[in-house]
Amino acid sequence: MTRLLRDRRGGFGLCVLVVVFVCAAAAPLVTNGDPNTQRDIVATRFVPPLSTDAHGVFHPIGTDRFGRDVWTRLVYGARISMGIGVLAVLVSLAVGVVVGAVAGYWRGPLSLTLLGLTDFALAVPRVVLLLLLAALWQPSTALVIVVLGLTGWMGIARLVHGEVRALAARPFVEGAVAVGARRLRVLGRHILPNALTPVIVAAALGVGNAITLEAGLSYLGLGVQPPTPSWGNMIQSGRDTLVNAPWVATAPGVALVLVVIACTLLGDALRDALDPRTRHA
Amino acid sequence: MLARLGHRLLAGLAVVLGVVTLTFLLLHLAPGDPIDIILGPRATAEQAAAQRRILGLDRPLPAQFASWLGRFARGDWGNSIAKGRPVRAILGDAWPATARLVGLSLVLSYLIGLAIGVVQAARGGSRTDTLLSISSVTLFAVPGYWLGLMLVLVFTYWIQLLPAFGAAGLDSDDLRGGSWLIDRLRHLALPLATLTLIGIGGAARFVRGAMLETLSQPFIITARAKGLTTRRVVARHALRNALTPVVTLLGLSLPVLFSGAVFVEAVFAWPGVGRVLVEAVQARDYPVVMAATAVSAVLVVAGNMLADVLAAWLDPRVRSGTT
Repeated sequence: MTRLLRDRRGGFGLCVLVVVFVCAAAAPLVTNGDPNTQRDIVATRFVPPLSTDAHGVFHPIGTDRFGRDVWTRLVYGARISMGIGVLAVLVSLAVGVVVGAVAGYWRGPLSLTLLGLTDFALAVPRVVLLLLLAALWQPSTALVIVVLGLTGWMGIARLVHGEVRALAARPFVEGAVAVGARRLRVLGRHILPNALTPVIVAAALGVGNAITLEAGLSYLGLGVQPPTPSWGNMIQSGRDTLVNAPWVATAPGVALVLVVIACTLLGDALRDALDPRTRHA
Repeated sequence: MLARLGHRLLAGLAVVLGVVTLTFLLLHLAPGDPIDIILGPRATAEQAAAQRRILGLDRPLPAQFASWLGRFARGDWGNSIAKGRPVRAILGDAWPATARLVGLSLVLSYLIGLAIGVVQAARGGSRTDTLLSISSVTLFAVPGYWLGLMLVLVFTYWIQLLPAFGAAGLDSDDLRGGSWLIDRLRHLALPLATLTLIGIGGAARFVRGAMLETLSQPFIITARAKGLTTRRVVARHALRNALTPVVTLLGLSLPVLFSGAVFVEAVFAWPGVGRVLVEAVQARDYPVVMAATAVSAVLVVAGNMLADVLAAWLDPRVRSGTT
């Protein structure tokens, strides 16, 4: 942990993520209240950043075309976007770890089938599948989480598979088998905890990726549905008012880029901190 | 080598077949009915049944799939339900636009990314390296549709230099020669810049990693010990060896680029396969969705195979299968 914080990339990534998480968690405290509040639309719409509207309410990054406060929507949107990113990666982790572990530990036809399935899923164009799933079922937040999770497990499965195979041949695992431990216990207690390092790194990178894709789906109108704010549908609604209110589309985009950079840097720093080979390099 | 290629070809075919089967199942499992969209809410049950019979939607699923597959393989891709035009004509109009966009941005982003990555690796740890790292991580993180919007804001609205929509101006039919080309290039500029900028980040990050890995190997130390200049060591010894993983990545990044193109085409109203796919999915236009998915799967598989062949050509160890 100290090593991670001493790495400037890790420190920066962690700081950004902590700030965003705290803001999202304390949303009612750091904002003007409800993200969907509309007062007098004509008087309060397109208020530029850092100014006060006709009702005396201060807007740090202005208002959108319905007079809704962009900062409030950004913070509440963080709840949705970050929540979807994290939950989707958890789904990917669950599927990927199970598939990878089973394929790596139980050799034979089952393993071959699972590996074949993984290779196949990797070759499927992800966005095409996302579009299909999101468009064919009623778009909803839960659907976006499941769809992102079910299209993102393959890399994790491959990593776990490789680690498990390598670990299964190590003496301490043979020892556990020799004293009569059941296979599931060997896998769960002895192999998997040692295989998790690359998985944590992949998960950190995956969160950034999932947030970007969620925003992309919402941008196409196939993800989180308005008026619930998500960074993607905020960018989408800002697109139409790009000329007279550029801040509506700019703010959520900047937030998104910052969070994805933070995830990437944190993933890089984690890998270096956890991998003894690069640690001394 | 030939056996390997044949094996890959079979695997590729299996993937395409799998994608098409999956798409077919998903389309028919999903709630909603294309008949409702064609006939509207006031159609009677008899009219719906008749329309279903005409389109062959009343037959059992495996039979529908088999007949679709047979016709697809023979080149008969059916008609679009929403537009009534032949699917082949719709995709035939769309794919050159996507190929132009994706192909050019693939070449550009790899050339630029390669240059950046090599410079970074050659000066590992320096201030230049840090600065370029920050830039490539940022580019890697920016979503295409948002970068596109920001470029439109700056280049179309603020300095009013470049057009933001479509592949050609409204008057392009009357343009000839040089002015026609300039019109096309001006429309290409922003979508291409968007897709290329995103691609540079990933490519530069990967090239830097591959180069650093190669530069730490014993044969590089030997080359340095012989008294070769750094420039020569980097260009002749390291780059050649770092290229193999980069070329493999090139094949893998084709699906990523295609995905990016779907969003970028949506932003710039670029008349390509991505836009056709998004519109067809939204209208539940079964024949168009099936064909567009199959075409994109073929593109992705072909890209991977091309990368394999290129990697073998670059690296004799891969060619003979000794690694």
